[in-house]
Amino acid sequence: MKPIYMDNNATTRVAPEVVQEMLPYFSDLYGNPSSMHAFGGNVGAKLKAAREHVASLLGALPEEILFTSCGTESDSTAIHAAIRAHPEKKHIITTRVEHPAVKNLGEHLAKNGYRVTFVPVDRQGRLDLDYLYKKLSDDTAIVSVMWANNETGTIFPVEEIAKTVRERGIVFHTDAVQAVGKIPIDMADSAIDMLSISGHKLHAPKGIGVLYIRKGTKFAPFLMGGHQEGGRRAGTENSASIIGMGRAAQLVMEYMDDENTRVRALRDKLETELLKRVPNSMVNGDPENRLPNTTSVAFEFIEGEGILLLMDQYGICASSGSACTSGSLEPSHVLRAMGVPFTAAHGSIRYSLSIYNTEEEIDFVIDKMPPIIERLRQMSPFWQQAQKAS
Amino acid sequence: MWDYTEKTKDHFLNPRNVGFIDDFDGIGEVGSLSCGDALKLTFKLGDDERIADAKFQTFGCASAIASSSALTEMIKGMTLQEAAKVTNDDIADYLGGLPKEKMHCSVMGRDAMEKAIAYYRGETEKKIEGEIVCECFGVSDVQIERAVRENGLTSIEDVTDYVKAGGGCENCHDKIQFIIDTVLGNTPRAAKKPEALTNIQKIKMIDATLEREIKPALNQDGGDIELVDVDGNRVMVKLRGTCASCSKSQITLKHYVETKLKELVSQDLVVEEV
Repeated sequence: MKPIYMDNNATTRVAPEVVQEMLPYFSDLYGNPSSMHAFGGNVGAKLKAAREHVASLLGALPEEILFTSCGTESDSTAIHAAIRAHPEKKHIITTRVEHPAVKNLGEHLAKNGYRVTFVPVDRQGRLDLDYLYKKLSDDTAIVSVMWANNETGTIFPVEEIAKTVRERGIVFHTDAVQAVGKIPIDMADSAIDMLSISGHKLHAPKGIGVLYIRKGTKFAPFLMGGHQEGGRRAGTENSASIIGMGRAAQLVMEYMDDENTRVRALRDKLETELLKRVPNSMVNGDPENRLPNTTSVAFEFIEGEGILLLMDQYGICASSGSACTSGSLEPSHVLRAMGVPFTAAHGSIRYSLSIYNTEEEIDFVIDKMPPIIERLRQMSPFWQQAQKAS
Repeated sequence: MWDYTEKTKDHFLNPRNVGFIDDFDGIGEVGSLSCGDALKLTFKLGDDERIADAKFQTFGCASAIASSSALTEMIKGMTLQEAAKVTNDDIADYLGGLPKEKMHCSVMGRDAMEKAIAYYRGETEKKIEGEIVCECFGVSDVQIERAVRENGLTSIEDVTDYVKAGGGCENCHDKIQFIIDTVLGNTPRAAKKPEALTNIQKIKMIDATLEREIKPALNQDGGDIELVDVDGNRVMVKLRGTCASCSKSQITLKHYVETKLKELVSQDLVVEEV
């Protein structure tokens, strides 16, 4: 069974063009890019080109691009760099809906001598900006706000926040893992100091990340050792993956239009039809400011794990914010922060599309979902209760 | 993805005995929406005093549905004495085992069976025995002790896997450890309280923190807060001014007032509006 893949906020298919570009660097072209000989030096030249491609995707300078091993490493590097650059400052601001890469680091720092402010969101997942601005102080070392939320697709006004934060002379970092490649980004005209990217969310392989560091930003390396990456990240370069990342950066620039027109239309069709065909369903997140590929739909009175397993019978891949699938006993921290009621949070399904999805796939999912929901509701005591009540 | 046995998958994909018996002899309901799973079990006795029919409705994950389905299959044909002896392990065994993190699904089946039998015997709904230890999932010390004893649990994670206690805010972990130690016959280690405060000290610190840190911030927005009482770790407050009518007041309370008090006074504090 061919998978119908609608879980692109979890990971994406590596673009075939990217695979082609990488293959020689696993076999014949294994030289170390730092070597003096031409065999290694040629790989070095290729890395330089990849860095330029990524810089061009972001409207950045090549020397502002740091290659890391993943989005999490980029986030950790950025936040640690800021707090080590300002050891006298003991306050950090982030949000309640960050990816665990930032959220759990924040919680860790809160237990280790830092005051950490987690900015709340409203029912639509929109940040309380007044709250954030009121918390800025001379003691604040860094503000880290994700560009777009992985679970709901809600886009935050990070450019605006970055400007206000900069006026106070505070470093601003954004986890842009879900945003890059889906919405235009131009660091040349931005107040953002640091920005994290993950390769596997934009059709590059797993195991490669990027941290953009604005020229002039105070920085301290996370990994120490060799002189690679201008001494800012030691360790022999992951040549093949960096080269793949460069190719992926070129491709997502080409595909961004498609993502914002065709993919957006597919997402809208999926969402509209599901809401129409399934009673007691609703969308989680900000309907206005949202990634073009993401919709999180809550189906009331049932639990997400069962939905996903029945979808899996048809090869449909998606994610859930339910407790049973999160590996914990409580629904996702994002949905809870938004105050999504328990009736809906447990049965929330996130569909995240990519340029590889087709209209036929959307139609197939629209066709298969209502009976799946109905089947589980027939088993649910709460659905029976709700039916009786109405 | 969970590692479910073929039999668990089968009972999830083809659940047996879904439904509700209108003229039931016994009914047992456990769980809730907020807990993430719930089961409503009904049974009907035959002339031979054996369970002639059993049906279930379940809200929950695949293993909760499979456990309910398995339970109804197991108890059909049993006398109530026999059905009362079905343990959560029996349900898990029937399915060829459950992932450790999903054992609470089988416990839910056992609990519903007990309640349904109690209903049939005319025993008034037993109030939750003992004292609630886990506030997030409403689990009492008696339930935790029983799970530890019957299943030979030795860690807090075990307890969470079986009865969910401790899987939320984690504030009750010390109490759970105390119960485990008591059952295992270990000398319970003293609950660790690095900064043990006397009640008077605690109240003074809460009051001072409200005055110094919290009130000025709320005043900026035209709001105010008043300390009403402190009971153990429960801090009862009244919101005043614009806060009293503000739709965001609950957010303010939990994410600002509580966070601040936890940070500056004690991690165990819970703030409530009265």
